[in-house]
Formats: sequence, C-alpha cells, structure tokens
Amino acid sequence: MEPILEIQHLSISFHQYEKGFVQRELPVIRDLSLTLEPGEVTGVLGVSGSGKSLLAHALLDLLPYNSRREGTILFQGEPLTSQRIRKLRGKEIVLVPQGVTYLDPLMKVGPQLRKGRRDRGAREKVRSALARYGLKEAAADLYPFQLSGGMARRVLMASAVMDSPRLVIADEPTPGLDAKAASRLLGHFRELAAEGAAVLFITHDLELALAVAHRVAVFYAGETVEIARASDFPEGRLRHPFTQALWDALPQGAFRAIPGAQPYSGEVKEGCPFLARCPHPGNGCGQGELSLVPWNEGMVRCLYPHGEVMA
Amino acid sequence: MKQALFFAGKKAFRALLLLLGVSVASFLLLCASPLDPLRTNVGQAALGSMSQEQVAQLEAYWGADQPPVERYLGWLAGAVRGDLGTSLLYRQPVLTVIGQRLGSSLWLLLTAWVLSGVLGLALGITAGAFRGRWPDKLIRGWCLVISSTPAFWLALLFLLLFSVWLGWLPIGLSVPIGVEEEAVTLADRLQHALLPALTLSVTGVSNIALHTREKLVDVLGSDYILLARARGEREGAIVLRHGLRNVALPALTLQFGSVGEIIGGSVLVEQVFSYPGLGQAAVTAGLGSDLPLLLGVTLVTSGLVFGGNLLADLLYGVIDPRMKRGEGRP
Amino acid sequence: MKRVNRRFSTLLFLGIAAALLGAVTLAGICLKDAALVTDFSRKDLPPCQGFLFGTDWMGRDMFARTLAGLSLSIRVGLLTAGISACVALVLGVLSAAFGGWVDALISWWIDLVMGTPHILLVILLSIACGKGFTGVVVGVALSHWTSLARVIRGEVLQLKTAPYLLAAEKLGVSRWNRVKLHLLPHLLPQFLTGLILLFPHAILHEASVTFLGFGLSSEQPAVGVILSESMRYLTTGKWWLALFPGAALVLVVVLFALLGERVRLLLDPGSVHE
Repeated sequence: MEPILEIQHLSISFHQYEKGFVQRELPVIRDLSLTLEPGEVTGVLGVSGSGKSLLAHALLDLLPYNSRREGTILFQGEPLTSQRIRKLRGKEIVLVPQGVTYLDPLMKVGPQLRKGRRDRGAREKVRSALARYGLKEAAADLYPFQLSGGMARRVLMASAVMDSPRLVIADEPTPGLDAKAASRLLGHFRELAAEGAAVLFITHDLELALAVAHRVAVFYAGETVEIARASDFPEGRLRHPFTQALWDALPQGAFRAIPGAQPYSGEVKEGCPFLARCPHPGNGCGQGELSLVPWNEGMVRCLYPHGEVMA
Repeated sequence: MKQALFFAGKKAFRALLLLLGVSVASFLLLCASPLDPLRTNVGQAALGSMSQEQVAQLEAYWGADQPPVERYLGWLAGAVRGDLGTSLLYRQPVLTVIGQRLGSSLWLLLTAWVLSGVLGLALGITAGAFRGRWPDKLIRGWCLVISSTPAFWLALLFLLLFSVWLGWLPIGLSVPIGVEEEAVTLADRLQHALLPALTLSVTGVSNIALHTREKLVDVLGSDYILLARARGEREGAIVLRHGLRNVALPALTLQFGSVGEIIGGSVLVEQVFSYPGLGQAAVTAGLGSDLPLLLGVTLVTSGLVFGGNLLADLLYGVIDPRMKRGEGRP
Repeated sequence: MKRVNRRFSTLLFLGIAAALLGAVTLAGICLKDAALVTDFSRKDLPPCQGFLFGTDWMGRDMFARTLAGLSLSIRVGLLTAGISACVALVLGVLSAAFGGWVDALISWWIDLVMGTPHILLVILLSIACGKGFTGVVVGVALSHWTSLARVIRGEVLQLKTAPYLLAAEKLGVSRWNRVKLHLLPHLLPQFLTGLILLFPHAILHEASVTFLGFGLSSEQPAVGVILSESMRYLTTGKWWLALFPGAALVLVVVLFALLGERVRLLLDPGSVHE
C-alpha cells in the first residue's frame, strides 16, 4: 500500500537574534525522516522544547514567518507544498490540538465547527460528528468555557473528523484528562487508523505513546534518534541508548533515570548530541554528522546501536 | 441578576464618591488661585474709581469675601438640591448655561465618538491583519502623526483648508451670525458642526486603532486561530469571524473609557471654531474666574467620564457570554 | 546577510533623533533674542529666502520664533515629564509596597485624576498657580503621572510575590540587595520608557493650555502663543503663521514618540522581530 506521508530529511530552523547585534539561524528540527502508513498510529516522542510540535505546524503550513523549512514532504506520493497544504488542511489533513484554548472563547461550538457555513448540510454534519463522540445536539449551543475537559477534547475530535481525513495529527491531546477519559480518547485515534487514516501522535509521555502507537519515533535535541515498533520496548530490542534510558525510567522497565539534561538543538555543534550522557560512547561519536540508518527492522542514529559496533 | 445589580450599585457608588472628590479638589484649586476675580473682570482702572461700598458689593458678588470652607459647604448644600449656583459671567443659573451648552456640544461629541470608534476599529483591524506589511506601516505611521498633532492645530488647518482656501464651509459659530434662532435650519447646524466634528473624529482615531491592532495581533497569535487555520478557514474569514468577535469588546470598552479625551479635544476644537459648546464655556469661565460655572463644567464632564467607565464595566457583563452565563469572573 | 540589522539601525536612529532634538533646543536658546526683534519694514512677508517661515504683522522672523518656541516646549516638556515620572515612581512604589489603605487612597486618587478630562485638570491646576510658567509646569506635571504610576504599581506588586524574590528572601539576601538586584532591573526599563513616552503628551498639553490662554504668557515666543495669535490673521490669508510652527511642533512630538517607541523595543526583547 502507498504510504500516506513521507517525510525526507526535513529540517526547520529559526532566524534569531543573539546577544547584541549577532543574528543566526537556530536549527530546531534536523534531518527528520519518517513514513506514515495508512491504518497505523505513529507516536512522536520528545520532551517539551525538542521541536516536536513544530513538526505538526510544518505539516499544516503554520510555521512562524521567521522560520525556514528544508527537505521533502510527500503526501500520497506528491510533494506537499504550501499551496497544496492550504487546499488539504481541515479536510484531508487535520489537527487535534491540546485543549479548550484552541476553541474561540466567544463562539458557540456549533458555529465554530461549521466554519461559517449555515446550510442544513453543514448543520447535519456537525450533529453527526458530535454524535459520533457521544455529544448531544445541545452541545453545539454551548460556549467553550461551558465544556468540561473531556467534552472539549471530544469536540476537538469531532472538529477533526468532519470530512473523513487521511492524515490525523494529534499534538499532545490528553493533558488534564483522567486515565479513563484519556484511554477512551486513545481508542478514538486507533479507531480512525482502523478506518484507513494515518495518525501522527505527538507526545512527551512514553507510556501514552506505547498505549496508542504501533511505531514510535524518538526525538532527542531536534533529531530523530530511533524509530522502533511499540513491541520493541518490552521485548528489549531497542537500538539507541536514549530510547533504552527512557524505557528504563519507566516502572515497567528498570525504574532508573539517567543523569544530565537534553541540550537545546542550537547548542549541538558536532557529533552525537547524546554523547555526554551515553553509557557506552566509542570512537567517532564526537565527530561529523550521524545519519539515520536501518538497523534490526527499525531505524537508528547511532554508531554503536545496542552497544554493538555497527557493521 | 442580584449579583449584577449589586455590582452595578457598587460601581455607581464609587463613581458618586469620585465626583464628590472632584468637586472638593476643583474647589480647593480654584480657591488657592492667586488670581483676583475682581481685577480680571472689572479691571484695575475701574476698581480704582469705585467707592468702598461698590467694591464690597462686587466682592460679595464674586464671592471673594467668604472663607473657602463656608463657600464650599454652601455650594454643596445647593448642589445636593440640584442647584449648582449662578454663573457670574452669564448671570444665569449654572445648570441652565450648562444645559444649553451641552445641547450643542452633545451632537459634536457623539458624532466624533461614534465616527472615531468605527474608523479606529476598522483601521486597527486592517493594520493587525496586515501586520508588518505596508498597510500596517501606513496606518501606524498615520496614527503616530495624528496622536502627535495638537487638536487645535488640526482644527486650524481644516479651517484654513475648507473655509479660507476652498470657501466650502463657514468659519465659526454653530449657527449663522445674525439669524433668528427659529430661522436656523438643520442644514445650517450641520454645516457649522461639520468641521469641528471632523477634527474631533480624526484626532480620536489613533488610540483605538493602535489598541485594536495590538489586540488583533494577540488574537491572531492565539491557539484558537492556529486551529482555525489548521481547519482550513481562510485568512480573511478568520479575521472577520474570530478576530472581530474577540477584538470588538475591548475596543468598545476602550471607546467608553476615552470619553474624557474627546471632551478634552472638544475644549480646544470649540475654541478654534468658536463653537458655543461646553468646552468654550469652560475656557471662558476659566479666563474670567467664573468659579461656579467652571466647577459645574468640571463636574458635568467628569460625570460623563465616570458614566462612560461605568457603562464599559457593565457592557462586559451584558455582552461577554462568559460573564452573562454567570460562570466567568465576578 | 542582506537583511539590515534592526538593533543597529535602532541605535543609529536614537542617536540621530536625540542629536536633532538637542540641536533644536540649543538653536532655540540662541535665537531667543532674534525671535523678539520687531521690524515693521518687513512685516507680513510670506515665506521667502531670507525668512524661511515668513514674518508676522510686527515683522518678527517666524523661523526664529518657531525655533525659540520649540526649544521652550522641549524644555518645559523635559521638566514636566521628569517631575511627572518621579511622582509616578514614588506613588506607584508606595502604593504597592505598603498596600492596605495607602494603596486604596492612592488608587482612588489615580481614578480621580483620570476621571477629570485632562485639559480641564491642567486648566484648573494652572489657575490655582496663577497661570504663567509655574501654572503650566505644575498643571502638566501633576496631571500626567497616573498611567505610569499604575504600571509601576502593577510591576512592583507582581515582583513582590515573584517566587524568585521570595526565594531570595528565604536565602537571607538583604532587603537592599533584593531591591538592587531584582527590583531595579525590572523597574528601570519601565520607568525610562514611561518617562520618554510622557514627553509627547507633556509637550502637546503645554501647547494646548498655552493656546487657550492659561499657560505661558503672550510675551513668550511659545508655540501655543504663536498659533493662538495666528488665528486672528488666518482669514486674511496669512497661512504661513499657522502652518509652519504647527508642523514643526508635530515633527518634534513625532520624534519624541518614535524615540519612546524605539527605546521600548530595545528594552523589551520579546518584540525584536516586529
């Protein structure tokens, strides 16, 4: 089957002022490659500030004006240009954002979902989208501040599925939800994938990512360091020491944290950004640019994956 | 509902207290003045040629012989009963003078208030929507120049342009000189009020335009606009559907809060166009040491300002759904 | 890189604007005597080579009068804005630092001053001081401090409860050091920006009040006086008496406003990309 989205060597950087008069390009995402298949939920895992939200914005042509995008993005086999995104977004490419602040506080839910249309068809579409997520017709007549956290999330889901989307981008859609509501929401995303869409699930929470995703891409300092299947985690088939450390920090893992902090992507000059925290560094880790390579049915950006020397 | 009434009552009480404060402060300031009302209005030479009794009589008329506290209490006692004293220059009750003047000023103020509000909102939204591009730069530059222009000079320029050079409009007064009150037509009034209203509207635009722009820029950077864009809504529709909706209320509040500035502008503009309104009365009263009239004008205009602020507060409760449904902030 | 460096151009602009305003002020002082010379042999001249801004009905050089007036306006503006900003600083800090009834009283006072139309308040204050120079200075200085006082009050209130200040207190940092290290660096930019943004208002109100006859006396070559006198001659076509002095005043005020705006941008790193 043809992949829905192919991201090849995507880099995003910002034009910025440093101290005094110095201006510079600040890279935020570097050399990102990722392929999304229909029917699959792909988790993108990274701490806040690792640039993962910008990935969503890049796919929706919502990057700020002082940013620059390099690399190729293919949507259903064709280049995804700004013009094309503008035609597709809201229909075939949709966003499910974090929470209620993404709803206009002064507009009722119904008119907001209808995007200004007033005809009966639009009303009917809103009604059925809300009904799909268990919201009554009366919900359309509420202002965002009258929605509970869970209701707001379901309204946002409803707003995304109005025209059966091919690519669903979820940007941290669960904070503030209790475990039951969160797992219900995750179920909705798997449901969308089962209907043939590709889901990009962006989060900082590994447990959450493992609960919903088939595959997980791990971000470190603006780079994807590993792309693994969800099952690789419990089965001990992880490739990159950072991914291993993440898993080890969970109660299911060794319940052990590693010292140090993630550098900002602008601070990484050369070599592997994880070098300073790596438990088994080796020759060549401090020089040159590392690239993402296939390894053991996944992808990894490491010279010594799983502690072994790469062939 | 009960809560809303309580809220309104508290605000109104506070406004009343402030008005009392304004009256005390203005009174004190005027009493502290070293300017002698007799000398200002009667003249040094005339005073010298008068007898002692005449001077004493005049002093009593201008109130120069009583201690300030007594005078204030006397004035306050009258004010509570709705009597603001008698204008010394016009020899009429202050309220009558103010009533007449306010009548002709009100049209001016109202027109300028509405026009500057609508125009300012439109300009602000345009600038905000085109942030950083030439319409934004043009509008911001225009606002900068307008807010740096003294209202009276702009009035002089308009007078020069429309009345002297082009000869389209009359030079002054709200009605033609030498025409009976009954013979004055609405067209006459309009023609004479046009330039003052225009001047006031133009000067009032910059504040609201700049604030609206800032607010719209904030709104356009918000989460819900991001989602609206992600949902494929067009930029123009976003500005009108979400931007206008979220900017209108702060703009309205600001406009209600700017009553004082428009009144201030009218003082200057009325002076240039010799438009017989409240502002001109204030200047005449100030120059002629007509204490009761100046006090009255200050009080009435402050009342208008507090009234505007009060309305702004109440409007939030009526229009904003977050307040109306009683779940927002108190 | 072809993009012009914004910060550098901002500093350049600040330098040029300040120099220009300084030059006008100095030139005005030097031309003060020339501004008062009357010569009926050259009265009512429209703008020409010898007299760029023309002459008035007493043959006074309008260019010299305008410069002298601007200089006076700038100096009065500096004085009044300075006093105003100091009043704002003291009252704002007092209000926030003491809280309670002091805060209530000062806040009430601010509401009171803001509730009276500005120009009327300046007129009242000026009358109380017997008009003239003192009247204008007191009037403008004591009516313009309110919004800056509110800003400073808010800033101090916010800082008072800022976690890092509470932490500093717990760590035993002395009161003076806390004020010096944490409060002043926050207040100073606000204060400076507020001060510069006060100039335009101060200058405009000085001119307005003088124009109405409550300010500087008519012997002074103040812009308000010049424009007020020009009114009598407008209908006879002596447009230059009003046009040039007013335009020059607008220019000076615009320069001050831009100066304030740029300083604000420079001190507020968040707006660097505007």
